Amino acid sequence: MGLEENLPSGFLLTSVEKLAGTARKNSLWPASFGLACCAIEMMASGAGRYDLARFGMEVFRASPRQADLMIVAGRVSQKMAPVLRQIYDQMVEPKWVLAMGVCASSGGMFNNYAIVQGVDHVVPVDMYLPGCPPRPEMLMHAILELHERIQVMKLGPNAKKQAQEREIDALEAVPTHEMKGLLR
Amino acid sequence: MTTTDPYAGVRETTEGRVYTVTGGDWDDLAADVTTEHAERVVVNMGPQHPSTHGVLRLILELDGETITQARLAIGYLHTGIEKNCEYRNFTQAVTFLTRADYLSPLFTETGYSMAVEKLLGITDEVPVRAQVIRVMMMELNRISSHLVWLGTGGLEVGALSAMLYAFRERELILDIFEMVTGLRMNHAYIRPGGVIQDLPPGAVEKIREFVQLMPGKVDEYSNLLTGQPIWIARLQGIGYLDVNACVALGVTGPLLRAAGLPWDLRKSQPYCGYETYEFDVPTQQEGDCFARFLVRLDEIRESVKIVEQCLDRLRPGPVMVEDKKIAWPAQLALGADGMGNSLDHIRHIMATSMESLIHHFKLVTEGFHVPPGQVYVPIESPRGQLGVHLVSDGGTKPYRVHLREPSFVNLQAVPAVCEGSLIADVIASVASLDPVMGGCDR
Amino acid sequence: MSDQPVGQPPTAPVLSGAESEVGAVPAQATASAPSTPRPYGGYFDEVADALAQAYPGVAQAVERSIVDRGELTLHVRREKLRDLAQSLRDDQDLRFELLASLSGVHYPTDAGRELHVVYELTSMTHNRRVRLEVAAPDDDPHVPSVVAVWPTADFQERETWDMFGVIFDGHPALTRIMMPDDWPGHPQRKDYPLGGIAVEYKGATIPPPDERRQYA
Repeated sequence: MGLEENLPSGFLLTSVEKLAGTARKNSLWPASFGLACCAIEMMASGAGRYDLARFGMEVFRASPRQADLMIVAGRVSQKMAPVLRQIYDQMVEPKWVLAMGVCASSGGMFNNYAIVQGVDHVVPVDMYLPGCPPRPEMLMHAILELHERIQVMKLGPNAKKQAQEREIDALEAVPTHEMKGLLR
Repeated sequence: MTTTDPYAGVRETTEGRVYTVTGGDWDDLAADVTTEHAERVVVNMGPQHPSTHGVLRLILELDGETITQARLAIGYLHTGIEKNCEYRNFTQAVTFLTRADYLSPLFTETGYSMAVEKLLGITDEVPVRAQVIRVMMMELNRISSHLVWLGTGGLEVGALSAMLYAFRERELILDIFEMVTGLRMNHAYIRPGGVIQDLPPGAVEKIREFVQLMPGKVDEYSNLLTGQPIWIARLQGIGYLDVNACVALGVTGPLLRAAGLPWDLRKSQPYCGYETYEFDVPTQQEGDCFARFLVRLDEIRESVKIVEQCLDRLRPGPVMVEDKKIAWPAQLALGADGMGNSLDHIRHIMATSMESLIHHFKLVTEGFHVPPGQVYVPIESPRGQLGVHLVSDGGTKPYRVHLREPSFVNLQAVPAVCEGSLIADVIASVASLDPVMGGCDR
Repeated sequence: MSDQPVGQPPTAPVLSGAESEVGAVPAQATASAPSTPRPYGGYFDEVADALAQAYPGVAQAVERSIVDRGELTLHVRREKLRDLAQSLRDDQDLRFELLASLSGVHYPTDAGRELHVVYELTSMTHNRRVRLEVAAPDDDPHVPSVVAVWPTADFQERETWDMFGVIFDGHPALTRIMMPDDWPGHPQRKDYPLGGIAVEYKGATIPPPDERRQYA
């Protein structure tokens, strides 16, 4: 990607990672992908009372080419899914996806023919935010959690190693419906 | 040298060569186009677009900047709500229907609850206090919906501050909703038989504060926008739709009233006791975007008047029908772990009355049976006539629920309103139609 | 056009969750209730008389007239729908200028008349409402289009085609409007499954709504 990806792993890379993390998280510009009710709560988060601009999300960029974060706010129908993927592909790296609301995270209350049961069927999701719709404070909490993750994101060879470790963990993980002893 | 982009490129179609432009090297495209002489340009606006009110796709054929043909593609938010309701009992269906038109959920809930009550034959048994609360919540919802319209409409046309002011007042209304129903949006508060719980202590005072504050704020919006030259230039004379066109296209609500016909279902076919309230139906004559703006501002004022009258006529009483075989949920209260049945109610059904326990059990597992038949209940939502066509087969689940959504029908007016105007006017016109895609696509 | 969705096993019960036969009879009851005897009450008699005057063939066109819960429903033969609609809109005493709603209902138990299309008409001039209901069989789902009479029917007929498979003859562009253009099947028919998936929880899986335990 850039110069930072080509640095050899070591003290210099770690410092650059910290700097890059701070820079990226503090000016994360969302791409407006408001679909349904969650979009209204997202708008309310950007309005006067729950101001998102104080976290650096100053403008909701209309063009995905200029955005970092895609907040999928609302239910994604079968007809909309290819459009969602196209917008995601048009975004430039580094990019993150926040699935806002239960409909984006898992299909929500609409378990039927028309709704994609979770946008992770279409795009890779970095943060899931449940709620129907989630309050603006909940959205801000999710964004701040995402900020934490962005801050510690690794670059270059460190990132490759991290990705490999994550893949091994995911392959060995216990499927949800086999986790026993948790339903009381 | 052209890099192959899966989303952009050239293809030959039956109509000639089609260029898809999503970025890439402009020189390559320009070199290719100079050999073409046809001037027909088809531009796609949406479904992801900051100015098309949700996931609406407009396909515009342009000649320069004038639109020669406009087509709509909708269905990007189709959720299958109507089919989902057929698998839930009559009370549970409210939670689905409330999310259809997410800016005015209480209207959909009321329309549906009235339809169920009509089928059950208990329309006259719904308590007076429940009717008054319904009217009050609906009018507050009307104000909040018009505020969203004002905010997003202003944002699209360029008046960014309108968004901040409108949403500031909307937060006050959402605070009231949260206090009364528990949620800011998509409340599922109004259910067949009445409303699920009474107003909590302090709600009346809070609403009264709001009612005193709001008319001043509407004057603020009026001062900010009504005389503003840019606002007038963007809206006046734009998006003209006369009465005949409105009725032929089935367009109702503020658009019809801005064209001159004072048709309001609250006056002509009143429901929920609207005939006993004093309010006017604001009308304008010009039928353009500016007239619709004025109509909606006046409607906010009228709604405030109605809410004030509701507050004055609240009397203590039940908020759900008497018939225990239908009334559910009946007694909710704030318990130690959140909202639930009040302890008195639980003590009553578990210890005192076997009958109440059986009613509770049957209502929660099965739901109540509704005699077979079909009804259509139209109400006046902020966007126009919202109708609920409900068919029952005698069971505990709706056989068919159809929502006649004003956004769906009003969007048919987009070609009539846009063709012949400029692209920028399309945005203003579609904003003045006030479509909510959740209601349109359901 | 109204064929079963390809490759979809009919997993859902035909009637919405009502497993017992008790559910079968009442659906029939809605679809084929007997005609209400005159006088109807309210303004319905005026409407019926004005219609008889404006459209002389009304006895052949209207199969049944039902007054139920304060609403008048005229069951109309589909061949006569267009002319009847024209009279309803144009005649001075009827003047039903607004087609408020057009929706489809699927009654699979009503053999030979499975697909119903329901038209809600409003007369703003006289402040009246009336409902027309037209039936078509599953194997010949053609109903004449009323777009020429009420242009508002455009999108609504497209939706009824998309969701139920009713073909409206005379519609300028009958294409899918809600579902993607190449979607197989018609989702709101009773023989089309709800289409949900099982939801995974920690330690259990909950089946989709149409396959869960029903209590009614």
